Amino acid sequence: MGHAPDDPRMALDARVSSPGREQITIAPDFRPPEAQPAWRQDFPIDWPQDRYVERRDFMKFLVLTSGAFAVGQLWIAAQNWLRTRRGLSPIRRIASLEDVAVGGTLVFNYPGEHETCVLVRLAEREVVAYDQKCTHLSCAVVPKPEQGILHCPCHNGIFDLRSGRPIAGPPRRPLPRVTLDIRGRDIYATGVEWRAA
Amino acid sequence: MALPRPFTRKQRTTIVYGMLAFVVIINVIQLWTLTATMNAWLAGDGSVVWPAAIFSLLCVLLNVGLLRYLRYIERARNDA
Repeated sequence: MGHAPDDPRMALDARVSSPGREQITIAPDFRPPEAQPAWRQDFPIDWPQDRYVERRDFMKFLVLTSGAFAVGQLWIAAQNWLRTRRGLSPIRRIASLEDVAVGGTLVFNYPGEHETCVLVRLAEREVVAYDQKCTHLSCAVVPKPEQGILHCPCHNGIFDLRSGRPIAGPPRRPLPRVTLDIRGRDIYATGVEWRAA
Repeated sequence: MALPRPFTRKQRTTIVYGMLAFVVIINVIQLWTLTATMNAWLAGDGSVVWPAAIFSLLCVLLNVGLLRYLRYIERARNDA
């Protein structure tokens, strides 16, 4: 076959026919170089090499992702250590029964000053309290005692007011319950109960 | 330690495919472990946190080992 010296196909042919070279250009359709379109002959790509490099780089990316998962696990472990270090939640007076009418609500911070909880008085001596953060994406839930629910306005999550369990919307886990104790006319918070779905 | 004969590129590509299969499976297991641990921890169960973290670290070490082996066979090829 007679190719002119400046014929672009020469480069492709030279790669194919070079003995001892591993970087052989093989088109994805496996047809010979002569049968390839002009654009592919003008811009020959070493497909097997390209395939090898992209798989190798993908593997590197996956190893990086694997490292990120492990970092996530360590973050949970660190948070768990902090939670354990804090120990049991303190027993603290929240309010007096006179401060909350039947069907009324009260927002308070417990156990830390940045952890907001909501208390609802259901009956004369029946009160419930929950962490106010929705278990879906941590928006603040709004108690609606007249409907017997706590409503999360962000994604329309609804929790049962008496149990704190999710009854509608995206949340899957119940709200952490603040355990309460009524001593005389005072309401005390005695701990936080984390619950599984 | 030197390889008796470096792998050809075709062989290395096959090796990469095999490793990719392992790494993908390990990553899926790690992702499942992460979500299960997070779910358990948010529900107040901290007992699984450290075993899961150690398991995840072992998975990373395995993945890094596979990647190091890939570099090793590439280096063997380049040195040859």
